[in-house]
Amino acid sequence: METEFTPWLSLFGGMMIGAAAVLLMATNGRIAGISGLTSRIFARSTDGEARGVSALFVLGLLLAAPLWLIVSGEWPQQWVPSSPVLMAVAGLLVGFGAVFGNGCTSGHGVCGISRGSMRSIVATATFMTTAFLTVLVVRHMFGG
Amino acid sequence: MKQIFALLSGLLFGFGLIVSGMSDPAKVLNFLDLFGAWDPSLAFVMGGAILVTTPGFAWLTRSRSRPFFDREFRIPTRSDLDPKLLTGAAIFGIGWGLGGFCPGPALTALPIAATGTLIFVPFMLTGMWLARHAGDLTRSNPKGTTR
Repeated sequence: METEFTPWLSLFGGMMIGAAAVLLMATNGRIAGISGLTSRIFARSTDGEARGVSALFVLGLLLAAPLWLIVSGEWPQQWVPSSPVLMAVAGLLVGFGAVFGNGCTSGHGVCGISRGSMRSIVATATFMTTAFLTVLVVRHMFGG
Repeated sequence: MKQIFALLSGLLFGFGLIVSGMSDPAKVLNFLDLFGAWDPSLAFVMGGAILVTTPGFAWLTRSRSRPFFDREFRIPTRSDLDPKLLTGAAIFGIGWGLGGFCPGPALTALPIAATGTLIFVPFMLTGMWLARHAGDLTRSNPKGTTR
């Protein structure tokens, strides 16, 4: 499936993501890492305050598309792989890997890199590499 | 007050993902497909975000000793590269390359209720739960709280 290269929209949307991360840090003192915040909702070791704030952030994420629908009259455009086995395996790996490695695209890729954290720079280089290789194998070696 | 801002931050983050096109796995997979119909958009998203967070975080931590509505900035201080970090990141990347979803876009796209998303999200949450509690077993103070 071809997609249109959208430099300006993507740059602007990226700046909104950055602004959201700065807003959360300014008001709550927390890193806007989605895997960290999400897993904190149900981790046994989380205190009540962190659980509440994390749940509200995730609620905000969940409300974005429905509000988009109300304002614009249509859902955001998307194409999602539909193979149930593929998506189940992908979900399991993404969830486990992100929490096991202390962060995902947002926590390491955006917040960590902008703080100059060596751990985040190495983590981002690592997951970018395995992601590129995975797509290479799936699309060009198995012709998926 | 901080609860309201947590909700607003999540909402703004979600809108950013939608505007940037990242709630669409097709765009993410095409970014990762260097030898196909390459779509460089994702690099602009990360660039745009880092362009804001780099000065934003630096200004916050330099000009203030604590956040506006909380006691302290909770900023990771570790700098060691442990096997857990590398293993986790490598596994995460494989899943990301398979489904085209990372956690933020998957949660943002959940209400659109595409079949693939409805399968992906529960398995992602299961994976997160497993990793959280696998971590608890190896940590020296398993009863300690995570802030």
